[in-house]
Amino acid sequence: MSDKTDITLIINGQSYAIRVESRRTLADAIREDCGQTGTHIGCEHGVCGACTVLVNGEPVRSCLMFAQQADGKQIRTVEGLADGDEMHPMQRAFMENHGLQCGFCTPGFLMLAVGVLEREPDISDHDLVDVLSSNLCRCTGYQNIIKAVRAAAVEMRQS
Amino acid sequence: MTVHTKGSGTTWVGRSIRRLEDPALVTGRGRFTADMPATHWVRFVRSGVAAGTIKNITAPEGASIVTAKDLAKLKPIRPMLSKFNYVAVGQPILADGVVRFTGESIAAVYAPSKDQAEDIADQIEVEISEGAPLIDAMDALAGDAPLVHADTKHNVIVEGRIATPGFEDVWKTAHKVLHVEARSHRQNATPMEARAGHAAYDGSTGRVTLTCTTQMPHLTRTAVCDILGIPESDLRVVAPDVGGGFGQKMSLAPEYVLLVWLARKLRSSVAWTEDRRENLIASFHSRDQHVQLEGAFDKSGKLLALRGDIVANIGAYSCFPTTCGVEPLMALAELPGPYDVRAYDCRSRGVMTNTCPMAPYRGVSRPVITFVLERLMDKAAAAFGIEPTELRRRNLIDKFPYTSATGLVFDDGSYKETMEMAIKAIDLDAFRKRQKTARDAGRYLGIGFATFSERTGYGSPAFAARGMEITPGFETVYLTIDPSGFVEARIGSSPHGQGLRTSLAQIIADEIGIDPEFIKVVHGDTDRSPYGWGTFASRSLVLSGGASLLAAQKIRAKLLKMASHFLEAAPEDITLQSGSAHVIGTDRSVTIASMARAAYHQTHIFKGEIEPGLTETGTYDPSGTFSNACHVAIVEVDIETGRVEMEKFLVAEDAGLIINPMIADGQVHGGVAQGIGNALLEEIIYDETGNILTSTLADFLPPTTREIPEIELHHVETLTGNSITKAKGLGEGGAIGAPAAVISAINDALSPFGISIDEMPATPQRIRAALRSSGKLPSNGKTA
Ligand code: FES
Ligand code: FES
Repeated sequence: MSDKTDITLIINGQSYAIRVESRRTLADAIREDCGQTGTHIGCEHGVCGACTVLVNGEPVRSCLMFAQQADGKQIRTVEGLADGDEMHPMQRAFMENHGLQCGFCTPGFLMLAVGVLEREPDISDHDLVDVLSSNLCRCTGYQNIIKAVRAAAVEMRQS
Repeated sequence: MTVHTKGSGTTWVGRSIRRLEDPALVTGRGRFTADMPATHWVRFVRSGVAAGTIKNITAPEGASIVTAKDLAKLKPIRPMLSKFNYVAVGQPILADGVVRFTGESIAAVYAPSKDQAEDIADQIEVEISEGAPLIDAMDALAGDAPLVHADTKHNVIVEGRIATPGFEDVWKTAHKVLHVEARSHRQNATPMEARAGHAAYDGSTGRVTLTCTTQMPHLTRTAVCDILGIPESDLRVVAPDVGGGFGQKMSLAPEYVLLVWLARKLRSSVAWTEDRRENLIASFHSRDQHVQLEGAFDKSGKLLALRGDIVANIGAYSCFPTTCGVEPLMALAELPGPYDVRAYDCRSRGVMTNTCPMAPYRGVSRPVITFVLERLMDKAAAAFGIEPTELRRRNLIDKFPYTSATGLVFDDGSYKETMEMAIKAIDLDAFRKRQKTARDAGRYLGIGFATFSERTGYGSPAFAARGMEITPGFETVYLTIDPSGFVEARIGSSPHGQGLRTSLAQIIADEIGIDPEFIKVVHGDTDRSPYGWGTFASRSLVLSGGASLLAAQKIRAKLLKMASHFLEAAPEDITLQSGSAHVIGTDRSVTIASMARAAYHQTHIFKGEIEPGLTETGTYDPSGTFSNACHVAIVEVDIETGRVEMEKFLVAEDAGLIINPMIADGQVHGGVAQGIGNALLEEIIYDETGNILTSTLADFLPPTTREIPEIELHHVETLTGNSITKAKGLGEGGAIGAPAAVISAINDALSPFGISIDEMPATPQRIRAALRSSGKLPSNGKTA
């Protein structure tokens, strides 16, 4: 189990040269090897979506991907959403619409929603609800997450 | 969303200001326990069987392992009740010779990384001589059942009975008697963040800091120190950002005790992050109850008497601090709900089995008893041939204060008003027409109403009445304006998603005239916050809110006195607003920041008339209050598959004065979604050997956006004298009413089949089984 490989993860534009075992998940590598703990782990079974990050623009459950599979790819996490002090419209919309309570699921929802809207800006409201069903939140009852994502979608389309 | 405008002259209370908690959480700067690095990582070796005797534990060469014999000096977890025939049983930190449930910790291994610890744990061989496990509480009640704890006489660990005098005489006068035999299956609160702990030893002081996912930092400190036999000053407990709790994180995790013990032994830092499987099988379970309920009604449909028998499966041990009495005893006291009934005879028992221990889960027993009682009311309505809402109208309490048959005192509420509001908003008549048309077309729509109360904000007397050795009652707040002019409120509550920092800041802001953004609420650190009881039971806004208000009133009085020195005006002519004290009707003012500075650095100017410093304490320990609500669910049931589609959910609720409407609505949304999950999907299933079949989130099913419909909210604000802020709690109500409303709606939809679904969750399998048994399914070949 100790066959380690050198890889480079590019997280939010910054390169991290790390040595990982082949079994190391991308989620663990991001959190433990690169110290970016904004990405959360809720199940490690690929069900809850708390660990969602963008890999080359696509939402990915980082607990289901090996770190080695992300070698050299562009990874975006919640830490990279804001531009300095300027928050991403999705972050603002979550705050304005009370789309979070404990905040544990929030990074996963933010990355899922941003990834989907960047790929498909004109996604219908109905399809959006469907897409959001891939992540779990135990606090909000989803009402305000849906509201927040819809509000951000409008803003992202305009910008 | 209402965006606040500074200095608008209106109060902060009542406004949907943005949460002060959010900026960190949306940018990935939240700090959760599992984010912390540690020198040693712990992995627990857990029992793969439900009952048995440990014969042998074999570890590979060089493995770092802890077993029960290393912990011989530690006391077991043994919470106490002085009433209700309670039998105290002890839970060892690691199984000591006997295993009593699947998932119980047998050993702990530690290694420099999580992966290594897991690898070693996988190589530990535990030889267990298996016993016959007791899984269902009914089996554990049998006279010849084996004992879960050999040192007890039977498996009934707690038993209460309330019988009003002359019960039988009332019962005899009944015009109709209705009966419900209900089953609530086992559930897991499933916070999205599973549990985690991190214990770090400080060599210079000999103290340990335990950072963990707790709802009760102070009580965790007390419990761990009692078990280890160390002074509380040697342990600091920190609850950083906590990813939801719903009750599961208020009970003491034995794992935390092990972490503190090991950190002291290794003089280092040790950490454990629970994985989802551990959480589902071995954290805490809830709501596993069998309830028999009979109601006697007079000719007019008025409920005369209730007779109940409750059996709660409390698992293998008694949770700290509430004890395993929490479910059966709450059910016993609160079963009559918001209905006026004077005759009551009920027995309630907590029974030990070889299953994961029970702990409180949002609403505790009330989601169960509300579901059962509302089934009874629906059956009675059918028997009387009236709308379920009409039967409720004839029975809901409407004169306050109302003292229930079990001695609970209900303060002012709006039980009937919220129901009428809900009937109107959902347009019941229109629905009945639509339902009929749909039925003619072979579609089965149903509507369900649940009316209920939510007892909240109760102080120590309520817990003392239960015979608890620990009565988690009062809350204390230390409120300080420091020399910088900024405000810090240190509280004993421990919120984990409820937005309490924001709501308390709003309450304080109105009193002391400083905007919420300058008020920092500090919680979850036993070194910083006053001894308090944490956040559970919908209590924090009432208790910490009340204590904040009391402390703020004292600060206000002092500020006015100081301002009167500075402004040479009488205190009654001065107002505090937007950070300054103003003489009414003049342009004379002084900033609160400069007065705060003077309170520390220029005390001579007050000539000894005002004490130095600017800190005040508020403590609040009220008798408690009742929120109330009416929930309405509309569903469609597919009779071929048993699938339930939620069409709509409506809530008319009354939680007194609403401090922050946005936050309050969010609490209701979340509770309702959990309740819908409880009603339809969520179930922990054991097979007959005691193995758990639902150990991933793909098997135990919290709802997603697809299962939760739009939730429409309506509010009534009854201002109670039982809470000094006039706010009642509302954290649990959503989860209390929703299961009853959903299951009622399913039964309404299926009424043509003459069946009754009295089980929760009402899964497609159960619905199909009931439909098949009705013999009334259309014979189109699809009914097998
Ligand atoms: S942690 Fe990856 S899906 Fe749950
Ligand atoms: S906000 Fe707590 S899990 Fe979503």
